[in-house]
Amino acid sequence: MLLTDFIIFVLSLWVGFEVISKVPATLHTPLMSAANSIHGIVLAGAVVIAATAHNVIGYILAFVAVAFAAMNVVGGYVVTGRMLKMFKRRVAAPVAPAVGPSPNGSSTTSSATIGKAAS
Amino acid sequence: MTGTFNTVIQLIYLAAASCFVLGLHLMNNPATARRGNQVSVAGMVAAVLATGVLVIHLGVIDTTGWIVIGAGILVGGGLGLQAARKVRMTAMPQLVSIFNAVGGGAAALVAIRDFMSIGSGVAASVSVPTVLDVIIGSVTFSGSIIAAGKLQGMITSAPVTIPGARILNLLLALVAVGGGVYVIVSPSMIGLGVVIAASLVFGVSMVMPIGGADMPVVISLLNAFTGTAVAMAGFVINNTALIIAGALVGASGGILTKLMADAMNRSIANIMLGGFGSGDAPVAVEGAGGAGVQSIAADDAAIQLAYAAKVIIVPGYGLAAAQAQHEVAALADLLESRGVDVSYAIHPVAGRMPGHMNVLLAEANVPYPLLKEMDEVNPEFARTDVALVIGANDVTNPAARRPGTAISGMPILDVDAAKSIIVIKRSMGHGYAGIDNELYTNPKTSMFFADAKKGLAELTASVKTLVA
Repeated sequence: MLLTDFIIFVLSLWVGFEVISKVPATLHTPLMSAANSIHGIVLAGAVVIAATAHNVIGYILAFVAVAFAAMNVVGGYVVTGRMLKMFKRRVAAPVAPAVGPSPNGSSTTSSATIGKAAS
Repeated sequence: MTGTFNTVIQLIYLAAASCFVLGLHLMNNPATARRGNQVSVAGMVAAVLATGVLVIHLGVIDTTGWIVIGAGILVGGGLGLQAARKVRMTAMPQLVSIFNAVGGGAAALVAIRDFMSIGSGVAASVSVPTVLDVIIGSVTFSGSIIAAGKLQGMITSAPVTIPGARILNLLLALVAVGGGVYVIVSPSMIGLGVVIAASLVFGVSMVMPIGGADMPVVISLLNAFTGTAVAMAGFVINNTALIIAGALVGASGGILTKLMADAMNRSIANIMLGGFGSGDAPVAVEGAGGAGVQSIAADDAAIQLAYAAKVIIVPGYGLAAAQAQHEVAALADLLESRGVDVSYAIHPVAGRMPGHMNVLLAEANVPYPLLKEMDEVNPEFARTDVALVIGANDVTNPAARRPGTAISGMPILDVDAAKSIIVIKRSMGHGYAGIDNELYTNPKTSMFFADAKKGLAELTASVKTLVA
């Protein structure tokens, strides 16, 4: 069981390195904020300990854990959304490909940039 | 029946983890990033609901347990929502630190509670991640609160050092790790209490000596810690969603930590031990002037800008400190309407967290294609008529290219390659590194002595009179 978990952990680290090193510096703050909301998954853990709590100390610990995790997850996602909303290609100008994602153009250059910086 | 049920729950966790990965992947482009965040939210909702169903299925939860969960979500979620809606973009690093703190704290609590319920006779496969979770989670909790306090200005952002601080840190680390080993060998609540206390104090004493300018590294590092703590919590309660999510965040924090440290040309160890990362606002003790420095009036600077073909704006933290993002965007808009090619050169550590300056400019409605990264923009300076430097100092200092200075080897923006340079600055004060900026004495450089906000407003007004 532990070994399987450990394998999952290590492989996830590699996936994380791969995916995140392609995020351009422009988005590093929303990235960190998004990563922050993802570790709000600890809410699931907090729910589990609340379920197994059957005494006062257990309830208090579970309450604090649930509140902490809920703050983390709700606040994290809302603030990330708020930030990303501000990133606009052109303000109130009718540029043709404004909405269409262009994963080839900008992302390849920025991943190259970041790759250079990270190595 | 139970087997099928567990399989379904595990598959939902797998779907949630896939959503997190996909969500992060979509953040590689500002055009798709919002969708990425939504995908991530969907994964989170699925994982939490699945956990709720799992808990019901196990049938161990009592009514009080449900009340605890409901009340916790209402209180915590409400606070998080309030904070997220109200926070100013300049205060984003503090908020991220607070979320790091509560995330790490929650992870530690999960392990502590699990340890309490199992008590003695825990297998090493549980006690080792439990101890790691408690140590990392506690350090993150107290360290992030101190970091947030420093960023908010509630605690001095100058490095706070006490005699023997390093020895104290070493002792605390030894107590935490030694206590952890002891708890693994012979589980006891008292032992765990000692580990918690030592870790909490270590978090405080670790962050206190670190200065304001080093905050981007500290926040990234604490982010990595939180992710790792959450992954450990996943080991403790044997939940793959927590392990995968925690590992992703750990990787993200790790990458950002490395990028930030590289951008300052300092090792992570050097930053954590406290160095020149000194105070917040550079103290303006010296008066205007100095040898070989030429100053310029608003009208003359405006003429240079208005008749340039290409202008690059170099914003630094001073711009954010002066709350002048909107003023700089207004000037850039005006210049663009005159046909000037305007872009922004953003150094990785311009701001108090990775990418902070980009968010501040995006808030001022600057279109993101104009925000250029250092490696992308540096070759462009040679083709630039005017480089307008606002509130950036050390990251423009050509002295970094020579060995033997405090910033030697630090990657800088090649502002001095531009045909003409205008620096908006209140005085000849030093940056964080505390050394003279050789850019200011360059014959191509003109100093416009003004507060960033007022100076930019004056420039905009002067350019407007040229048009009229």
